[in-house]
Amino acid sequence: MSTWATVLLGSLVAFALKFLGYVVAERHLAHPRVARATGLLPVALLAGLVAVQAFLAPDGTPAPDSRAAAVAVALVALALRAPFLLVVVLGAATAATLRAFGWP
Amino acid sequence: MSDTDPAPGGPAPTAANDPRAVAATRRAAVSVGVATGAYGVSFGALGVASGLDVLQTCALSALMFTGGSQFALVGILGAGGSGASAVAAASLLGVRNGFYGLQVSRLLDVHGLRRVAAAHLTIDESTAVAVGQSTTGLSRIGFWWTGLSVFVLWNLTTLGGALLGNALGDPRTYGLDAAAAAAFCALLWPRLRSREALTVALAAVALVVVVAPHVPAGVPILVAALAAVVTGLVPHGPRRPGGAGGGAA
Repeated sequence: MSTWATVLLGSLVAFALKFLGYVVAERHLAHPRVARATGLLPVALLAGLVAVQAFLAPDGTPAPDSRAAAVAVALVALALRAPFLLVVVLGAATAATLRAFGWP
Repeated sequence: MSDTDPAPGGPAPTAANDPRAVAATRRAAVSVGVATGAYGVSFGALGVASGLDVLQTCALSALMFTGGSQFALVGILGAGGSGASAVAAASLLGVRNGFYGLQVSRLLDVHGLRRVAAAHLTIDESTAVAVGQSTTGLSRIGFWWTGLSVFVLWNLTTLGGALLGNALGDPRTYGLDAAAAAAFCALLWPRLRSREALTVALAAVALVVVVAPHVPAGVPILVAALAAVVTGLVPHGPRRPGGAGGGAA
């Protein structure tokens, strides 16, 4: 799939999901177990993405490098209630600094 | 403000017509837009760092317009995942917007083109502001003002971030690949309020690390998603009295 196809297909599905909420009868989705599963879905996806971005090399093998240190710093910043942009900047700065000193 | 206060003991004005309540709602909406727009910069920079061009990065902000899914899509493409797995992960993250739609459609009562526009603007922020208002009228103002402020600023800052990212060159030098991981942490953090959520998050990390060496890039994320769905659908069984590993939870 080309990058443009990925961008457009992803966007189409994203809109369809939003629109579905406006046209589907609520009783089809109101089951508590469905709601619980939907609530946990973003948690699992985002945590999985952290793992991929922080701990894995492109071939999927574990590669704890500067990115893992960046995640540690980001988590500390979040615990101290830092805003989103600061967390991201601190993460990038951590990795950039470590790499400047020769870390992978 | 110089508005006259309602006479003490007199009938309170309906909040939807109270200009102070309306102004407060608009201020809240615009400040949410500004705060969200600020991290459009990081999305723009990450988009081009992941191999998309400036136009593709901006197209995602305009057309997909749901931050978590956008970060997921470019993150998976940047990590070498297939387009199909990137679309699948982005779509699973977008499922929650459908549930937001259920909630806000009752408040908005929109049809035709306005319903299409409302659906496109249905995201975490617009829903949160809309459902947090005391009256239906204020909810509508909150929804549209938040949705439109975020939309305008998110797209402008995405463009700025993408141009900046392009100008910087090798993203690794500036730690932009680590910025993606930090961004996912920041998106995840507010969702870790319950012990169940924390357990699911840790299980997802473990699953991804175990599964990743054996499957194509992008697939581990979907395995983690499946685990969440299974956890959510399994009924809460009756607690075993004095069972092994019996935590207080």
